[in-house]
Amino acid sequence: MENIYLAIPLASLIGAIIAGFMGKQIGRAGAHTVTIVGVGISFILSLMALNHIVFNGGAIYNETVYTWMVSDGLRFEVGFLIDHLTVMMMAVVTGVSLMVHVYTIGYMADDPGYQRFFSYISLFTFSMLMLVMSNNFLQLFFGWEAVGLVSYLLIGFWYKKETAIYANLKAFLVNRVGDFGFILGIAAVVMYAGSLDYVEVFQKAPQISNQTMSIGLSEWSVITVICILLFIGAMGKSAQVPLHVWLPDSMEGPTPISALIHAATMVTAGIFMVARMSPLYEFSETALGFVMVIGAITALFMGLIGIVQNDIKRVVAYSTLSQLGYMTVALGVSAYSAAVFHLMTHAFFKALLFLAAGSVIIAMHHEQDMRKMGGLKKYMPITWITSLIGSLALIGVPGFSGFFSKDSIIEAVHYSNVPGSDLVYWMVVAGVFITAFYSFRMYFMVFHGKERMDQHTKEHLHETPWVVTLPLIALAIPSVIIGWLTIEPMLFGGYFADSIFVKESHNVLAAFGKDYHGQWAMIQHAIFALPTWLALAGVGLAYYLYIINPDMAEKLKTILSPAYKLLDRKYWVDEIYFATFADGGRGLGKGFWKLGDVALIDGFIVNGSARVVGWFAGVIRHVQTGILSHYAFAMILGLIALLALFVK
Amino acid sequence: MTLELLNYAVAWPEIFLLTMACVVLVADVYLDDENRNATYLLSQLTLLVTLVLIAVKATSASETVIAFNGTFVSDALGDVLKFFIVLIIAIVFVYSRDYLKDRNIFKGEFYVLGLFGVLGMMVMVSANHFLSLYLGLELLSLSLYAMVAFDRDNPNASEAAMKYFVLGAIASGMLLYGMSMIYGMTGSLNIAEVATAINQMGDTNIVLIFGLVFMVIGLAFKLGAVPFHMWIPDVYHGAPTTVTSYIASAPKIAGFAMVMRLLAEGMGGLQADWQGMLVILAVLSMAIGNVIAIAQTNLKRMLAYSTISHVGFILLGILAANNDGYSAAMFYTLTYALMSVGGFGMIILLARAGLEAENLDDFKGLNQRSPWYAFMMLILMFSMAGVPPTVGFWAKLAVLKAVIDIDMLWLALVAVFFSIIGVYYYLRVVKLMYFDDPVDETPIEKSRDMQIALSANGLAILVLGLYPAALMSLCVSVFS
Repeated sequence: MENIYLAIPLASLIGAIIAGFMGKQIGRAGAHTVTIVGVGISFILSLMALNHIVFNGGAIYNETVYTWMVSDGLRFEVGFLIDHLTVMMMAVVTGVSLMVHVYTIGYMADDPGYQRFFSYISLFTFSMLMLVMSNNFLQLFFGWEAVGLVSYLLIGFWYKKETAIYANLKAFLVNRVGDFGFILGIAAVVMYAGSLDYVEVFQKAPQISNQTMSIGLSEWSVITVICILLFIGAMGKSAQVPLHVWLPDSMEGPTPISALIHAATMVTAGIFMVARMSPLYEFSETALGFVMVIGAITALFMGLIGIVQNDIKRVVAYSTLSQLGYMTVALGVSAYSAAVFHLMTHAFFKALLFLAAGSVIIAMHHEQDMRKMGGLKKYMPITWITSLIGSLALIGVPGFSGFFSKDSIIEAVHYSNVPGSDLVYWMVVAGVFITAFYSFRMYFMVFHGKERMDQHTKEHLHETPWVVTLPLIALAIPSVIIGWLTIEPMLFGGYFADSIFVKESHNVLAAFGKDYHGQWAMIQHAIFALPTWLALAGVGLAYYLYIINPDMAEKLKTILSPAYKLLDRKYWVDEIYFATFADGGRGLGKGFWKLGDVALIDGFIVNGSARVVGWFAGVIRHVQTGILSHYAFAMILGLIALLALFVK
Repeated sequence: MTLELLNYAVAWPEIFLLTMACVVLVADVYLDDENRNATYLLSQLTLLVTLVLIAVKATSASETVIAFNGTFVSDALGDVLKFFIVLIIAIVFVYSRDYLKDRNIFKGEFYVLGLFGVLGMMVMVSANHFLSLYLGLELLSLSLYAMVAFDRDNPNASEAAMKYFVLGAIASGMLLYGMSMIYGMTGSLNIAEVATAINQMGDTNIVLIFGLVFMVIGLAFKLGAVPFHMWIPDVYHGAPTTVTSYIASAPKIAGFAMVMRLLAEGMGGLQADWQGMLVILAVLSMAIGNVIAIAQTNLKRMLAYSTISHVGFILLGILAANNDGYSAAMFYTLTYALMSVGGFGMIILLARAGLEAENLDDFKGLNQRSPWYAFMMLILMFSMAGVPPTVGFWAKLAVLKAVIDIDMLWLALVAVFFSIIGVYYYLRVVKLMYFDDPVDETPIEKSRDMQIALSANGLAILVLGLYPAALMSLCVSVFS
């Protein structure tokens, strides 16, 4: 199996290298063939790994592939830890990535940077695979940074577009904040556990949890500090409040990459990382509480912003933020399995929604404003039906995959005893209504109602080519059934028993499991439960406001104008960051630049020392006169000096 | 240890090489210029067979054998060093062909002298006797003097050869003088016997130390340590680039062997004294080499000063005077020879008829002309600067570790300080290649064998950086 595991990331990498460095030679068709074959191999091998570990009960693989160096007992290695959690992530990442690759053929058909794009998305897949397959913190960090780098390249893919450059810079800087916390966390792990290897660190977790460290004046539990620092990294990658600001702007990138970033890779990295680190988080109630609160805030307040967006991709983006909030809440209440379960179902239906939005955008000639759409149902039947399926899954209609995962999270919060979980429960329940409302607001505005596009666009409206619709159909199927199929093993069947550790006292899923009597029972129960009714109410309200009485929406906007403004400006977070961090940073930078850099460092230290070195070099250079007798003289001087020093 | 009077078997590679060098010399006389390739191919074949012979000998018999009346030693250290010497000169020969043809100096002399130089180096490496050591050294040096001058119409080359010859003669004189003093005190020229005698006399004997100083100076000159380095910039600059790549690579390995045989094996008893001398030479070399390199605009001169600084680093490992230090210095020397031959190989690659490509400006915008070779040069420069993951990083790390282990932290700090200064001029080359516009857009046209060899040379630096363990453990094994 070792060779198979090694081949999984390498297949993607080789595709990326060929498409990237030999793009000109192999041409457009060559580029997409080679990357799709590469990712396809990764996908098939991932399925084989999944089959081996899950169905054939193969042994968990935890080996070092390559040791770069050993320094003072600390090993810097590349290694794989392949267990139930990893194989699931690998299958999801490569599966969604493969769909995105196929879809890109249609979406980027006219783009001059075709080969470059394929190279990047394959590289992205490789980075994410390295991240999830890692068995040590160093490689995790490598994957983490590589994902960050490639996302920067992809968001700014259209590098001549001003807004895209702004967005990728923003994504990069915000992630830098998170990564700073992350690397501090890794440093703390090294300092207290003395190892980078997961298994060794996890074994030492109980021991570390008794230690404290002093930060400033107060004493902190070491494990809490480690967990919170690592989580700050996750907040950056998984776009949790207050480091969420990059994600909506990342919509400036081409749509396939939005799907890849939001569904299967990058944003899921944070969730995955916390789940992987469950043996650490379980020892810190404080950190878990922090995680839960951040998640709840994200889930509720980011969903609210989604209501007022008019850009079709931004609505989906805010829904991603909100859903990531749900996953984070689940992590906070120790329902790691539920978080990963939601991550998986979400990967399918969110990729579906993004690709469907992209399909609409192609048909609309790259128009993204929903106010200029409407009634697309009859022109684009496949996109319509798949979007509907995706939306139903997202809002959690009983039976769809999103229902099982989201309801499990809500139930898990319900069973939790963590301080504050009561309030969080109501926040996530309210989130259901909001999710339903903005999802169907988008659905109705795009596919139903009056046709608001101009005449020219309308004449050219038609269903998109098969390379676009095929991935939609392929993603729609798991969006419906995957929840039904996998809820039992994943949540209650001990699927994650070997990879996720939950303390007995935290085990909300076990409590939930006692009341769980099969999928049917769960659906029947849900029909009479609050979340389902709230979801239906959200759909109903959207139907009323955008189909039956469209004027009402405009009226409401004026009546509730302060609230509307608050949401439209996204709570002024961007403005606040601009005023404080960006301007402050620039001011500080300017100050340091003028005072420290120009005067002290450049003027005195750098230029000064460079001048001294340069001067010295210039002078000494003249000793090299080119005259033979001078050279011989230097040798004699050397001889005399050595004799004088050593012959006593 | 087995003692035999004449044991030809252990010297097969040398005997074969000597025979073939004579064959090439005679054959070349009967060839006209169109068929000069035959000389080249025969020389390469000679090196290849020698390489095989060394490898066969090294794998079949690994114990130390003394032969030829105690003048010749065959051991693991010698086998590894000889293998690398022959390999690197074979690379030099591959690089040389186009360059020499472009300048109408594609003559047999280069290859014949080159082969005799290799023979000299191999004799040095296997020397167990002052005389055989001196014999090898002179065979190498005389070949080198002639090679530097062999482009007769080039006044720079002739001048360089003249300087090299005169200074080399002075240094050889000093070395011989030192040897004669040691002989006077110990009554032997055999290195093993000298070592025993010195151990009995102790390190207070003034004449011994007097002799030691002269010998260290001879060694320092051959390696190019400050203040006996003056010949290096002028010779590197003046000689044809192929000859420079010869001088700058394999002879350093032979120089290392000479230091090991004379100081480590022969003068173990005077360790405290030569350690002190090497500290001075090492610090001066690292300082002067790195600082002056900054002021150079000529890449060959820059690499000459960089060589001086690298010699300083090699001395760091040697002066640690224990097995870890020796193996670190050996690792450094071998990898440095590989980097050096690659660096000059890059100059040869860009050179063509009428252009030496030896100025820094000639490397401007190389990335636009050829991304692949710009990348190769980047690896070479990073490796010389000691940036991971190239092999240069491991080499520096190993010698620094050796110095720290003997509680000379200050020396390690000095070394790091000067190597940071050194990073500047290596990175300047990288900056010119990637961020400046090319001055010269001529496509790079060189024969395929040169391109393959140079690519392999650059990649080897990277691969050895990623997998340093094999070479490192080889270096460790010969000293244990």
